[in-house]
Amino acid sequence: MLPTLRAAVNSLKGPLGLRSLQTTASRAHDSLFVHRDTPEDNPDIPFEFSADNKKRVEAILAIYPEGHKRAAMIPLLDLAQRQYGWLPISAMHHVADILKLPKMRVYEVATFYTMFMRKPTGKYHLQVCTTTPCWLRGSNEILDTIKKNLGLEVGETSSDKLFTISEVECLGACVNAPMVQINDDYYAALVLDCLQEDLTVQDTEEILADLKAGRKPKPGPRSGRYAAEPIGEPTSLKGEPPAAGFGVRADL
Amino acid sequence: MASRIVSRIILSKYGYPATILNLRGLSSGPPPGTPPPQTKTSFGPLADEDRVFTNLYGRHDWRLKGAMKRGDWYKTKEILLKGSDWIVNELKTSGLRGRGGAGFPTGMKWSFMNRPGDGRPKYLVVNADEGEPGTCKDREIMRHDPHKLVEGCLIAGRAIGAKAAYIYIRGEFYNEASNMQVAIAEAYQAGFLGKNACGSGYDFDVFMHRGAGAYICGEETALIESIEGKQGKPRLKPPFPADVGVFGCPTTVNNVETIAVSPSICRRGGPWFASFGRTRNSGTKLFNISGHVNRPCTVEEEMSIPLKELVEIHAGGVQGGWDNLLAIIPGGSSTPLIPKSVCEDVLMDFDGLVAAQTSLGTAALIVMNKQTDIVKAIARLIMFYKHESCGQCTPCREGVNWMNKMIYRFVDGNAKPEEIDMLWEISKQIEGRSICALADGAAWPVQGLIRHFRPELEDRMRKFAESKQCAAL
Repeated sequence: MLPTLRAAVNSLKGPLGLRSLQTTASRAHDSLFVHRDTPEDNPDIPFEFSADNKKRVEAILAIYPEGHKRAAMIPLLDLAQRQYGWLPISAMHHVADILKLPKMRVYEVATFYTMFMRKPTGKYHLQVCTTTPCWLRGSNEILDTIKKNLGLEVGETSSDKLFTISEVECLGACVNAPMVQINDDYYAALVLDCLQEDLTVQDTEEILADLKAGRKPKPGPRSGRYAAEPIGEPTSLKGEPPAAGFGVRADL
Repeated sequence: MASRIVSRIILSKYGYPATILNLRGLSSGPPPGTPPPQTKTSFGPLADEDRVFTNLYGRHDWRLKGAMKRGDWYKTKEILLKGSDWIVNELKTSGLRGRGGAGFPTGMKWSFMNRPGDGRPKYLVVNADEGEPGTCKDREIMRHDPHKLVEGCLIAGRAIGAKAAYIYIRGEFYNEASNMQVAIAEAYQAGFLGKNACGSGYDFDVFMHRGAGAYICGEETALIESIEGKQGKPRLKPPFPADVGVFGCPTTVNNVETIAVSPSICRRGGPWFASFGRTRNSGTKLFNISGHVNRPCTVEEEMSIPLKELVEIHAGGVQGGWDNLLAIIPGGSSTPLIPKSVCEDVLMDFDGLVAAQTSLGTAALIVMNKQTDIVKAIARLIMFYKHESCGQCTPCREGVNWMNKMIYRFVDGNAKPEEIDMLWEISKQIEGRSICALADGAAWPVQGLIRHFRPELEDRMRKFAESKQCAAL
């Protein structure tokens, strides 16, 4: 009832100059906390780790001390998501079984972290950073270009299950702003993430064209620089780095 | 924001370290671990041979062979054999302060771990959950100089007597995590890690742990919770991590940059590091310059370099010239902005920026020129904090949401001038009333905006009211 009311008031807000209806936020997360059984996501769908991933599970569990194997929760959920493409409830149950934990403990974690996709996600997950440093450099235009090009809104997945668009918070590549993270090859064991940086609208269209044609666009900055150095003449680290032993104290 | 809260508490509990040292120093000369006095009066630019991160831009080989050529893993065994006290003392002499935002003296933090043990193992946790908007320095270290971090883990681990190190890296940094994993594997193969690390008789392991997308996990106790496989919700302190940390054991949590510079400090000596920057602000530091500059970049510079010089030399100046500058956020999103008049002569270090009512934070500059909608820029940051609040403490969960709603009305001017004071009041009610410092980080940008741009806010409100009146007529 309340969301409908709020939507109604919001639609009148502009013309009448009304303020939004004040309600306590019930959503802190991008997606719904509640699980609803659907044909593609219900506890009866079987989930098992593949043979390769079973070895990975062993390796992950080995790095945590005895009695604290629960620490492997996030890596295991991540592994399950990489295998399945997204994180269905049966995968959460399987992780709970491996860690010998109540299911609730896994639900808690899977709903808290934003990288766990609890609904079907496209093969290419386009994550556009729109936080201030990227916004200053024009991330809104990048997001608009992607939305227009794919005909999708933020949070939607295309009907061919190829693309999902997300608006994400700072991805930690601010000097290369604006940037987009594209999770590639979600279904393969080897996951390639490519960070696309220093984008312009034209670059974004090229990247999307590459993805649609099944090619992997070259990751990294598009402005001609290699990493986080200033474009053009270097201002530091101009020569070869000093060799080992340079400046080392005498008493060592 | 990592360990800002711990320093807030420990600093008030133990007093400022320099004060202790000075009081003791009255009797007979400075005690061991006192940085030498700084005689320089102007700082920066840094010479290339004094840079710690020589492969910051990835022009050279980042793998073991290339790293050893650049001097990593050189005489590591000798450093380890000098023992824990020697390393801690060297760090104290260097004057290194934590690079994650809080600026707590690293040598002192490590010395907290040297109490008599009770049989529990100790752990080192490296905070690589870099997510503060504007900050992207640790990413460059991990993808281009991973061996500096691995070696730093070993040396820091020796200093605090740790059994193992966990590097908690944010989940989005997939390629950075795999570079780190490769570097760790190479170090194991070369005998630098594992049993009898570097032939020093000391056993040490380094593990990678990837997160899954939560800014709050950059807070040290939330990070510990997250490693343990729980929701990243900060813990109440005390007990501090040095008593009860990861897996219930004594733990030190340090930023990537702090750990990665420690081998260079041990090799070249604390006094070398202390020769850069003003007293109590020693060393070199990675600065990120993003936003409206001609050549945004990450660069290592001397501490206490004037802000204007930093932007002009390395970032190619502000878009449209220095006179087109509106404001700069000097230390990542959670620090209050400073207008152009302050930017003219402020020094980029802890004390200089505190004097300008802001903070060094992670030294990530977000530059905004006069074409920027400054209210919207800050509003977008508040939306970030609203999104990232873990929801544990009411002032943060509800208050940041209120601030977000109000400030987005301010963007259009759809508010009364009295509401500016209400917003100020809310931000003051949020600040300091939550378990961790995220709420403070959300309150400060708003306070900075009101402090320096109140006329701009009032102007918008007046224009909005006038346009309403015109429409009504």
